[in-house]
Amino acid sequence: MSNVFALLFRREARLLCRRPAELANPLVFFAIVIALFPLAVGPESQLLQSISPGLVWVAALLAVLLSLDGLFRSDFEDGSLEQWVVSPHPLALLVLAKVLAHWVFSGLALVLLAPLLGLMLGLPASTLPVLLLSLLLGTPVLSLLGAVGAALTVGLKRGGLLLALLILPLYIPVLILGSGALQAALQGLPAAGHLLWLASLTALSVTLTPFAIAAGLTISVGE
Amino acid sequence: MNWTWFHKLGSPKWFYEIGGRWLPWFGWAAAILLLVGTVWGLAFAPQDYQQGNSFRIIYIHVPAAFLAQSIYVMLAAAGLVGLVWKMKLADVALQQAAPIGAWMSFIALLTGAVWGKPTWGAWWVWDARLTSMLILLFLYFGIIALGQAISNRDSAAKACAVLAIVGVVNIPIIKYSVEWWNTLHQPATFKITEKPAMPAEMWLPLLVMVLGFYCFFAAVLIMRMRLEVLRREARASWAKAEVRALVEKHA
Amino acid sequence: MSFSSFSDFFAMGNHGLYVWTAYGVSLAVLGLNLALPLVARRRYLQDEARRLRREENK
Repeated sequence: MSNVFALLFRREARLLCRRPAELANPLVFFAIVIALFPLAVGPESQLLQSISPGLVWVAALLAVLLSLDGLFRSDFEDGSLEQWVVSPHPLALLVLAKVLAHWVFSGLALVLLAPLLGLMLGLPASTLPVLLLSLLLGTPVLSLLGAVGAALTVGLKRGGLLLALLILPLYIPVLILGSGALQAALQGLPAAGHLLWLASLTALSVTLTPFAIAAGLTISVGE
Repeated sequence: MNWTWFHKLGSPKWFYEIGGRWLPWFGWAAAILLLVGTVWGLAFAPQDYQQGNSFRIIYIHVPAAFLAQSIYVMLAAAGLVGLVWKMKLADVALQQAAPIGAWMSFIALLTGAVWGKPTWGAWWVWDARLTSMLILLFLYFGIIALGQAISNRDSAAKACAVLAIVGVVNIPIIKYSVEWWNTLHQPATFKITEKPAMPAEMWLPLLVMVLGFYCFFAAVLIMRMRLEVLRREARASWAKAEVRALVEKHA
Repeated sequence: MSFSSFSDFFAMGNHGLYVWTAYGVSLAVLGLNLALPLVARRRYLQDEARRLRREENK
């Protein structure tokens, strides 16, 4: 069982490594969106610092969402999804491996890039651990929830916009908790409460969403 | 326990007949309750000592908000029944109830905004309840859009069911996080619906209106579902006979 | 009755505009929800009538 998980994870990792441009796209998008804001609202460091928690989180959320659009597409087109659905291994486990691999290569990279952009927005260095930790706990939730939407829309020709429509309302708790943690850290308040809540959301989504993703894929493949 | 009624519910023909029998009851109950509630609430209920007469908007705002939330839970329940027992009627209920739910959250949002103007002095305030209702409206849009994007009728229903179930698990989390966000950002605002012990002459009409809204929903849902059942079963002999009879009656 | 006259009732103590817009728009939305299935049913039956007539003429 765990063998399949590891095998699939390695396969996904190898596939992702072969397409570095696709991996870089969400990161570049993340950086550009953040760079747009100083240009739009002005370069005053005070203002930028006060809006930066929300800014970093909204940009991260959109970047993850964009990267998820093609999550199951190539597997759907070449028929490997059908193999997964009929395989004797539990589908929920397989999709968990897939989403985890995707998160390691896109979500984790996003987390590593975030402190740099945070510094550019004028976040004090003391808040960077909270930024890192909140993104580390929050982006898996974004990937897993987004994968539910990606699974439901994989068979559709124009799934991208629909995916955003389905999933963005579900991202709201993560957004509130993540940016709340950063805001608290910025004001010198303890952020542990926010982070613990985020951690429980992560635990909840790791346990529950694979079943929803599996159900979504079964429906999309069966069509 | 006897479960035959549950399996009977799965039969479109049975639903069509029993729905037709229930429809006038719900329709008349809705009409009478809504009329009584509106007149009572608008003309006879005492005015609020703080908000004056603008508080009379409560008699549509709260029932619509209640109904919008209940309909979403009903969507998820119907989705679960449709996925587990493969009941076609549950699919029909899910897809026919979603637009009504979206309209109810629209009413709740609009009346909330109109009520906000005299109460807070602004058309829109990021109040926890209003914000949650806005998110609920977006969730409804998602379900409706997904249902329309998938061309295969059965997969559309199943996909909507999965989305509704995921949404209903998320709703409490969204609700609490929004409330928490709200207390963090604007402490102690004046809540529009929380009243310290509303007197009976104020909440009785509210109760009547809530019941009226539920009956209205039941009546409209039955109307929509009967039409959809007739469409889906167009090849069945009972549906053909029914359509023929209806056409002759109208001609 | 909490109003002494009809003009009082319409004015709603300076809040008439808000109360009546809220009730008016809500009534319109409820009416729309009622009308949509009725219109759809009528259209469906008309289509079916046309189809039945075509089949009979064949």
